[in-house]
Amino acid sequence: MSAMPTTPQPRWMRWVEQRLPIFSFVQHFNEYPTPKNLNYFWNFGSLAGITLVIMIVSGIVLAMHYTPHVDYAFDSVERIRRDVNHGWLLRSMHANGGAMFFIAVYIHVFRGLYYGSYKAPREIVWWMGIIILLLMMATAFMGYVLPWGQMSFWAAKVITNLFSAIPLVGEDITTWLWGGFTVDQPTLNRFYSLHYLLPFIIVGVVVVHIWSLHTVKSGNPLGIDVKSPKDTIPFHPYYTVKDMFGLGVFLLIWSIFVFFAPDFMGHPDNYIPADSQVTPPHIVPEWYFLPFYAILRATPDILFINAKLAGVIAMFGSILLLFFLPWLDSSKVRSANYRPAYRVAFWILVVDCIVLGFCGANPPEGAWLHISRAATAWYFFHFLILVPIIARVETPKPLPFSISEPVVKPAVARA
Amino acid sequence: MADAEAHGHGGETRRDFILLLGNAMAVVGVGALAWPLIDSLSPAADTKAASTTEVDLAPIKAGQRVSVKWRGSPVFIEHRTPETIARAVKDDKVSMPDPQPDAERHQEGKAQWLVMVGVCTHLGCIPLGQNTGDKRGDYGGWFCPCHGSHYDASGRIRKGPAPKNLPVPDYRFVTDTRIVIGEKPKKPAA
Ligand code: HEM
Ligand code: FES
Repeated sequence: MSAMPTTPQPRWMRWVEQRLPIFSFVQHFNEYPTPKNLNYFWNFGSLAGITLVIMIVSGIVLAMHYTPHVDYAFDSVERIRRDVNHGWLLRSMHANGGAMFFIAVYIHVFRGLYYGSYKAPREIVWWMGIIILLLMMATAFMGYVLPWGQMSFWAAKVITNLFSAIPLVGEDITTWLWGGFTVDQPTLNRFYSLHYLLPFIIVGVVVVHIWSLHTVKSGNPLGIDVKSPKDTIPFHPYYTVKDMFGLGVFLLIWSIFVFFAPDFMGHPDNYIPADSQVTPPHIVPEWYFLPFYAILRATPDILFINAKLAGVIAMFGSILLLFFLPWLDSSKVRSANYRPAYRVAFWILVVDCIVLGFCGANPPEGAWLHISRAATAWYFFHFLILVPIIARVETPKPLPFSISEPVVKPAVARA
Repeated sequence: MADAEAHGHGGETRRDFILLLGNAMAVVGVGALAWPLIDSLSPAADTKAASTTEVDLAPIKAGQRVSVKWRGSPVFIEHRTPETIARAVKDDKVSMPDPQPDAERHQEGKAQWLVMVGVCTHLGCIPLGQNTGDKRGDYGGWFCPCHGSHYDASGRIRKGPAPKNLPVPDYRFVTDTRIVIGEKPKKPAA
């Protein structure tokens, strides 16, 4: 840890510091030299972190009122909404918080794709991020099962059944996941246990994510390295205050949902208690899973692999391929601002993901099926073929010499 | 390090061996302890015990379909008319994803009773077709609305993402019109 702060310290602080270097640790965060040109897309990491804390706090209190039993779960959530003091607020915060969490994290990931944040030396930061994304998905999925409505039940059924696509052992794995012959009490009980546990695992991975980040330091919109201390400013107060401003805006949007449209993002069928004998006519996941659901349903038989297994492979593959992005994109230029071809491909990918979202919300029939297939094909084409080719053939625009240069030079020229 | 001397010059020493053995034992120990934890998640004894259901077929009229609950999932029972059976048998030879003749889908001499687990083999939704007015799909059997799987009059998958026919559970005729689902049929005496 770095040397003691230079300002005079009370004796008790020095006493603690010698035994537990907590003050120099805090100081590291305050002084963390941050590129001075970060734009608002760099707010979403801390937003996601704060959202995680809010989810854990609201979740722990909800857990004090919730009953993980097939006969009582639905009623206990209704009781939270109607009878528990401020229960409506807790539940609304937590249910909408899941969605806000994904908004923050998806923007955070696309920021990374645009500015090449996955490139050296930030590969491990990127990989930890993908692990966090996967853990978040598992957590949100299991949380959604807890209220035990029709959508909860059938989401649990369909998603656990994905594992039955695995050859030979698939059926045994699903039985093991369920702890029975179908989704039932043992399933709800273990999902509750895991839904409580996983957010804390996420906290652990976030620590590693930030540890690695603070070792290699933050990137920036120009995608060039920090050349001198002139290129950076201390995190505190400059970015703490900017993050707080961003948080204010984010919480305002969150509050609109919490107070004025608590069920806007939910599905009405989840207010029908779970019925294991009747599937709702049109089941859809939460909006943040729609693109993946579209990929799952769009995939046809591929060679000797049947459509069911192919769909599952494609769906998991769509995230797992992000692990390989540091190699798929071999261009040394990080920021898409200096990569004319990659920049176009990036925006097409954004549109493609939104199209996939709409496909996931509609039944896989007629035109929707064709659109889903085309959009799924494009998704994989983008990462596996287009990105590697662009990296090889594209001529990037000239990069500025330093972070300060584009700011300082024009000012000098104007003077 | 003093340690280095104990290793002698090149080659393995007793200490290396003990270290390796110790680590290997630790791995075995952790594995042995992990298994009970993993296995505890499999269906418990009471869950497995509650796994047969007895059904009286007498009240089911020809052409009627009913659902009963077995192991938490619906079982579809259809009292098939001769026309339905003929339609199913006629398709025995056409190509389908999971080919199976109609004769293998019911018990011998009981072609009128089709008994199947009513859980789509794609991702586990309950197909439509049990209630009057339900969509029955392109083959007049069952239709799974979740991702569009069509099953025929024999419960065989004909179109859509499901890979397998609707499974036929073990069931035994205790009398001519009563079955127990979840028990193996008695082998006819040889
Ligand atoms: C990564 C952070 C978390 C995410 C993304 C998340 C997500 C969700 C979601 C989507 C729901 C369903 C909301 C609904 O439709 O009602 C839910 C419910 C629930 N969560 Fe979480 N959760 C997180 C953390 C936690 C934690 C740490 C706890 C407890 C310690 C917790 C306890 C609960 C409980 C008791 C419910 C059921 C009550 C309800 O449905 O409102 N959650 N969670
Ligand atoms: S679950 Fe029946 S078609 Fe997917």
